[in-house]
Amino acid sequence: MVLPVIKVEDKIIDDGLDKGMEKLTQDRIENVIDQVMSGETGARLKAYVETCVHCGLCSDACHAYLSRDRDPKFSPAGKVKRTMSVILKKGGKVTPAFIRDASEIASTECNACKRCAMYCPFGIDPAYIMLVVRRICHLCGVTPLYIQDTAHSHAVTQNQMWVKEDEWIDTLQWQEEDAREEMPNLRIPLDKEGADFMYSVIGPEPKFLAGLIYQAAYIFNVAGLNWTMPSFPGWDNSDMAMYTGDNEIMGRNKRFHFEAAQRLKVKRIVMGECGHAFRSVYDMGNRWLSWAMPPVPMVHAIEFYYELLTTGKIKVKEKYKKSVTLHDPCNVVRGRGLHEKARYVINELCEDFREMHPNREHNYCCNAGGGVINCGPPFKNKRVANNRVKAKQCADTGAEILITPCHNCHSGMEDIVLGYKLDMHVKFISDIMYEVMEKPEIG
Amino acid sequence: MVDSVNWDWTTGEKLVSDINEWKASYNWVEEPYASPDGEKVAAIVNTDEAEFNVCENGKAWEIEAPFEKAWCLRFSPDGRLTVIASMDSAWTVVADGEPWEESYDFVWDMRFSEDGKTIAAAAQQEGEYMMVKDGVPWENSFGFITCMALSPGGENTAATVQTVPLGQAEVFKFQKGCYTAAVNGDAWDKNFVNVWNMSFSPDGSKLAAEVRLNLYDYTIVVDGQPWEQTFGCVWEPIFHPEKGTVVSPVRTAEGWTIAEDGNIIWDSRFAQVWHQKISPDGNKLAAIVATEFGRWTVAVDGKAWGVTFGDMVTDAVFSPDSSRVACIGTENQIYKIVVDGKVWNSEFDMIWKPVFSPDSKDVIVKIEKDGKRTFALNNKIWNRMCDEVWDPVFSPDGSKILCRTVEDGKYYRRIVPVSEF
Repeated sequence: MVLPVIKVEDKIIDDGLDKGMEKLTQDRIENVIDQVMSGETGARLKAYVETCVHCGLCSDACHAYLSRDRDPKFSPAGKVKRTMSVILKKGGKVTPAFIRDASEIASTECNACKRCAMYCPFGIDPAYIMLVVRRICHLCGVTPLYIQDTAHSHAVTQNQMWVKEDEWIDTLQWQEEDAREEMPNLRIPLDKEGADFMYSVIGPEPKFLAGLIYQAAYIFNVAGLNWTMPSFPGWDNSDMAMYTGDNEIMGRNKRFHFEAAQRLKVKRIVMGECGHAFRSVYDMGNRWLSWAMPPVPMVHAIEFYYELLTTGKIKVKEKYKKSVTLHDPCNVVRGRGLHEKARYVINELCEDFREMHPNREHNYCCNAGGGVINCGPPFKNKRVANNRVKAKQCADTGAEILITPCHNCHSGMEDIVLGYKLDMHVKFISDIMYEVMEKPEIG
Repeated sequence: MVDSVNWDWTTGEKLVSDINEWKASYNWVEEPYASPDGEKVAAIVNTDEAEFNVCENGKAWEIEAPFEKAWCLRFSPDGRLTVIASMDSAWTVVADGEPWEESYDFVWDMRFSEDGKTIAAAAQQEGEYMMVKDGVPWENSFGFITCMALSPGGENTAATVQTVPLGQAEVFKFQKGCYTAAVNGDAWDKNFVNVWNMSFSPDGSKLAAEVRLNLYDYTIVVDGQPWEQTFGCVWEPIFHPEKGTVVSPVRTAEGWTIAEDGNIIWDSRFAQVWHQKISPDGNKLAAIVATEFGRWTVAVDGKAWGVTFGDMVTDAVFSPDSSRVACIGTENQIYKIVVDGKVWNSEFDMIWKPVFSPDSKDVIVKIEKDGKRTFALNNKIWNRMCDEVWDPVFSPDGSKILCRTVEDGKYYRRIVPVSEF
C-alpha cells in the first residue's frame, strides 16, 4: 500500500514555547539547569550520557526516525545530542532559543515510549533523558501551550479536562440513568466505603466519552462486583503534569487519586483503558511521593477484563465477527507486560484476530503518548508524519478494526487512520466486550 | 463532639430492623447506614422507575413526591438522617425528610459541623457556584469552586474560588493567579495560582490553605497572607489548638519536614511527611512519614518509630490523653494495627481508623477478614463475624462498646462490655 505523504510545517508556532522563550533570561536558564543537575539528577544521567557510544542501535527502534526517512536527528541518540548533550557540553550556558527548541524536541518528537531503551546494549534509557529535558523546560517556563493548559487543569481540578465537581457527578448519574433503560437496577455506586473496587477513569471520559463509563458500569453490574466511584477529586488517574515536567503537580494528582481509594477503603483500583495514566500511578507519580509501588493495588483494564473472562464473571454470547488487530500500548506492555493477557482477552472476544508486526513489547509506539498528542493542534501534522511506520504496520494487517486499550493511543491512531486513509476503525476493548457479552434479560 | 451519655448503654442486644424484609417492598435497597447512637438504620430505596425514597428502620419517609434521584445518604453526628435529593429537576439537602427551602441545579459535598447541628454543601445554580449552610447560600457566587471547608463549630464555610475568568489555554493569564479562597462567600483580596486544602482554626475565626504563588513556589496562606518562606511543595495546614499557630508539612532541599508559621520545627528530614496531627493537649505533633523511599511509619515530634511498612501507613490518631498514637500499616496488601510503634500480630484484609477508649487504655478497630467484618479490641478479634459493621463507640466510662452490625441481613445494636471481647 502506498501511503500518502503528510506535509510538516517548517516552523511550528506555539505560544507556550514562543512566549515562554521571550520571557526567559540567561540567569534563569543557568539557575534552573544547576538546580536540576545538582539536586534532581545524579549517577543515572551521568552514566547514561557518558556510556553512550553512539552505536545507533536505538535509531531503528524509533518510529519517528523510521518514519522520517531515517533522518538521524530523529533518532533517540540524535534527540539527546540536540538537547541534553548541548546542555552538558555548555555547562548550562544555553540560550532561550535553545531551550525553546529543546522543549519542542523533548515534548513533541519523543513519546518516552522506551522502545529504544529495550534495544540499547548498555540499557541507556533516552526517555529518561528526554523527561529531564522537559523538567528543565518546565522550570524555565517553556512548554507547549496545550499540554501546559492541561497541567493547569490538573492543578486546579485534579483532572485533565477542567471537569468541575458537579459536572463529574452529574455525568455519572446521567450514565447510570441511561444504562437503566438497558438494565433497570444498574447502579454506579458513589462513595461506597468498603467496596472491593474503586473504578477510576481519565478526564476525557466524562468530557467527551461518557459512553465508556456506561459500558464499564454495565460490565461491573453484570459481573456482580462490589464497586464504587468517588464523587470527589481523585477520580481521574491521568497525569499530563508528569509529561510537562511539573513533578510537584504530578505527585499532588497521585496523592489525590490514591487517597480517594484509601478514604473509600477499597482493596483495589481498577482503571480504564489508559496507558500513560497507568505509568503515572504505577511508576512515576507514586514514586515521586515515596510510594515504591502503588499503595492500593492498581489493575489496568486489560488485567481486569482478563480476570472477568477467566473467572466466568463475564461470558461471551457470540464472538465479534469483524477482523481485528491490536496496538500494544507502550506503558502497559513494556511498562507492565500485559501483552499476553490482552491477546487472551481479544481472542476470547473476537473471531478473527490478526497480529501486527512487530508486536508485543516490540510494538511501535502510537506517537500520541508521552504527552505528544496533548501538545495539541500545532503539532498534529508532525505527529502523524512521524508515525508513517505505524500506519504501514496497521495497513499490513488488513484488519477492519484496530483495538487500542489506551486513550492516547486511541486518539493518536484515529489521526493515523484518517491521515493515511486506512480502511479501519479504532475501538477500545470495552467497546467490543460490551457488544459481545452475555447480557441479562430485561424482566 | 456529640455527647453519648444519654444513649442506651444497658440494652445488650437489640434487633433494630430486618433489612431483608425491606427488599420485598422496593425494587432495590442501597447500602445501609447506621445512626451514631445505633438506634436507626437507613438506606436509599428505589420505589419505581426513576423514583426514590429513604427507608429508615423499615419505614419510608413520608414525602410529598418521590425523589427523582437521591445520593449521599448520611447520618449527621447528632443523628439526623440526611440525603442529597432531586425533585422537579432541582437538587437540595433533605434532613429527616424535610428539604431545605432553596434548591439548586446541583448540590454535592455535604458536610457536618462536629456537633452535627450545621449542615453545609456546595451548590451550582445557572453555572454559578457557592456554598450553602443550613439552606442559606452565599450572597456571592463564583465561576468555579473546589476544596470546600466547614469550620468545626459550623460558624463559617470556605472554598477555593475562581475570581478571574479563563479562556481556553490562557496559560500566562492563569500563571498570574486567578484563584483565591472565599469565606462565607467573601473572597480574599489576593489571588494565587492555586489554592488547596483549607483548614479552619478550632474556633472558626481563621482560615489557612496551601497555595502556589507561581508554577514553582509553594507556601501556606493564613487569612489571605502568605508565609514569608516558600517551599518546593507543601501539604495541608492545620491550626495548633492552643497556640493558634499554623503547622504544615513542607518540602525543603534536604527533604520533607514540618514548619510552624513558616519556620522549620523538626530537625529531622524525611522522604515524605503528611497527615500531621497535634495531640489533644497541644504538646505533641505526630505525622505519617516515609523514613526513606518506600518505607512508611509515624513520627512523633520528629522521631520516627522503628517499625516501617512498604505499602502505606494511614489513619494515625492520638489517644485522648495525648500519650499514645495508633495507625494502620500495610505491607504486601496485608493490613495491620500499630499502637505506639508496636504491631498487633493479627492480619486483616482491611482496617478502619483506630478508636481509643476515653481513658486511652484500649484500642478498637473495625476490620475485614475473609469477606466478613467485625472488630478487634487490643489485638483480640470479636467472636461475631458480620456482613457489615460501623465504627465502634466506647461508652463515656469506657467500660462498654456500642457495636452496630448487620448479620444475615438483620441490623443489630449491641452493647458489649470490654471484658467480653
